[in-house]
Amino acid sequence: MAMLSGAQILIESLVREGAEAVFGYPGGVTLPIYDVLYSHPLRHVLVRHEQNAAFAAQGYARATGKAGVCMATSGPGATNLTTGLVDALMDSIPVVAVTGQVPQALIGRDAFQEADTFGISRSATKHNYLVKDISELSQTVHEAFHIAVSGRPGPVLVDITKDVLLSNGDYSDEQAMAPLRGYRLADEPDTDAIERAVEFLWRAERPYIYAGGGVISSSASAELVRFSELLEAPLAHTVMGLGAMPTEHPNFISMLGMHGSYAANMGVTECDALIGLGVRFDDRVTGRLDKFAPGAKVLHVDIDPAEINKNRRADLGVVGDAKPVLRAINERLAETRATLGRERREARLAWMEHVRAMKRDHPYVYEESTEEIKPQALMRKLDQISGGEAIVTVDVGQHQMWAAQHLRFNHPRLWQSSSGLGSMGFGLPAAMGAKFACPDKTVIAIVGDGGFMMSLPELGTIAANRLPVKIIVMNNNTLGMVRQWQQLFYGKRYSEVDVASFPDASLLAAAFGIAGGSVADPADLDEALAHAFDEPGPYLLNVQVTPEECVYPMVPAGGAVSEMILRPEPEAAEAVAGD
Amino acid sequence: MQQLISLLVENKPGALMRVAGVLTSRGYNIESLTVAKTVDPTLSIMTIVAEVGDDGRDLLIKQISRLVNVIKAVDLTDSRAVRRELVLIKIYVEEERRPALLTEAEIFRARVVDASPKAYTIEATGSPDKLNALIALLRSYGPIEMVRSGAMAMARAKQNKLPVPSYTEAALSEG
Repeated sequence: MAMLSGAQILIESLVREGAEAVFGYPGGVTLPIYDVLYSHPLRHVLVRHEQNAAFAAQGYARATGKAGVCMATSGPGATNLTTGLVDALMDSIPVVAVTGQVPQALIGRDAFQEADTFGISRSATKHNYLVKDISELSQTVHEAFHIAVSGRPGPVLVDITKDVLLSNGDYSDEQAMAPLRGYRLADEPDTDAIERAVEFLWRAERPYIYAGGGVISSSASAELVRFSELLEAPLAHTVMGLGAMPTEHPNFISMLGMHGSYAANMGVTECDALIGLGVRFDDRVTGRLDKFAPGAKVLHVDIDPAEINKNRRADLGVVGDAKPVLRAINERLAETRATLGRERREARLAWMEHVRAMKRDHPYVYEESTEEIKPQALMRKLDQISGGEAIVTVDVGQHQMWAAQHLRFNHPRLWQSSSGLGSMGFGLPAAMGAKFACPDKTVIAIVGDGGFMMSLPELGTIAANRLPVKIIVMNNNTLGMVRQWQQLFYGKRYSEVDVASFPDASLLAAAFGIAGGSVADPADLDEALAHAFDEPGPYLLNVQVTPEECVYPMVPAGGAVSEMILRPEPEAAEAVAGD
Repeated sequence: MQQLISLLVENKPGALMRVAGVLTSRGYNIESLTVAKTVDPTLSIMTIVAEVGDDGRDLLIKQISRLVNVIKAVDLTDSRAVRRELVLIKIYVEEERRPALLTEAEIFRARVVDASPKAYTIEATGSPDKLNALIALLRSYGPIEMVRSGAMAMARAKQNKLPVPSYTEAALSEG
């Protein structure tokens, strides 16, 4: 192949990795890259802030399972990416970030827009690179994609000095990649471990499945559903897992954890065998750790050995990718069904019936109103519109939890939430990435009024690209989740949570050249939503909801999940304040 | 307690930063850290001594193991590994006390590697305990300056098992 510039080699490598869109923002040292993009078919989406490039890349990755690509210049461009990268690291989302670096001769001399991107991104990524030699460029990019998508996925950053972008060299394809000696991918499931797991599973009388994002990363939904059916066991999802099992499957209970359902949290409390699949026993799930599934033996399947025994000791740990592990377990479960005696089978059916009854008797409840739009009522309306088929992205806070509680998902990769890091301002840019990935799907960004203001500039990107994303602002004029904690645990001393003076949504949208509107009367909600979803282009709908509403159930920080606050009670104020 | 960790890592930029980062992000203080190339110059061995809570030890090893540049991570804290450290000590000592100093240094197999009218520079290797004893002794002779290498550790070979797939990996694990 003829000699190419570093910038050309970079773009060639991205194309070879199947990149369909790059979310980015240009700057001084990335000028050579943007000069190549000027006349290249690879689609570049110009965001309005680099943080949103990383979130949009995640939106693309979460919707497809492929690596999302974002790009930023040196210094502030790179530092602005950081939140989106840590976010991807926490939720194990494959992202490849490309940043420009000042020329080598200037590194370490406090050059204009110089930042130690390699050092700063060390703890923000699964792995990172500083490319100072053009002969290593294409291999590094291919390696970055390989590491981002394989094993436990995550973000990888490639920092490239400007002189490398400008110099000339050869492209060499991924075949030439040197072996990664320190990077071990999970082996095929060990047959001994599978046998032990199957034995463990048949011994249980009250098995309970707790499945998370790892099942989705592994594309193991079908295997998960079959597993639950073979085992005849109830299943709860983490926030990350929603959609892995269809919400309407009879074995599905709900989300568990801090704002999980009564049945989901009581199920985990009463079970005698807890099967964690692609989960990390996060504190927002377990609450007080020593009271989480207190009577249960634990089988933990995860692709990352460092997750086994990290928070909860596993009686049996299986390191492996959820899909092949579940496939192997399912096969053996089907073959050994007779192992389960009649007595235990009956105990199990009674258990399943018990958990289902709890689900029936304790649905998510709220007080309906004809005066105000209840946030939960808004979520139910959105659920009717979606019918479990729309891609829904959310921000962080009350609206996120209500959406998780009330929306159905018939498939994996429909629900996108910044779950581990909990970054406000995630939902809207993630929706952009999802819409680029899946142009034929309805994409709804449900955001709070706080987080929306953090991602406001992206209305520009949405308008410029005529991206038909439906932005639903659940507006309670307050930072609702912080306010909820102040209400319940800080004696209603509402400190700095009033974010009133929200702009007029129709004027704001019009200023960007898109359609928008507001609704406050419950009687008008249906029509307002119909209008928003009938509009062929993007739509910004500001929904005024009840301001003083709390998300229930709620497990107070540090409390046992069985000690949920189920509804507004004055005693709640006595609960312990924590983190 | 103090944890002794031995790592086989790729000799690449950033490897040290990543390993140190796993420790420092948890607020663990690194007591000592040594790193140098192995027989295979593309690989390095790191020996780290750090103050780590008992319940964090396994997790730390696993989290270091998952770094892309780390080929192998072993906790040698409770093993019979050979542990050595080197120290250079400059001691300002009066002329009349030098013979006594040399005799005592001999007990520790320490040797003088530089001498000047005002000071000796002494080199010694040994276990950290032995070096601590030597340092305490030398301080009784006069003011000292010192540089310690920090611990290096090598797992012992299993007695009846010889050739190994990779000499560098074998350095980390017993047998």
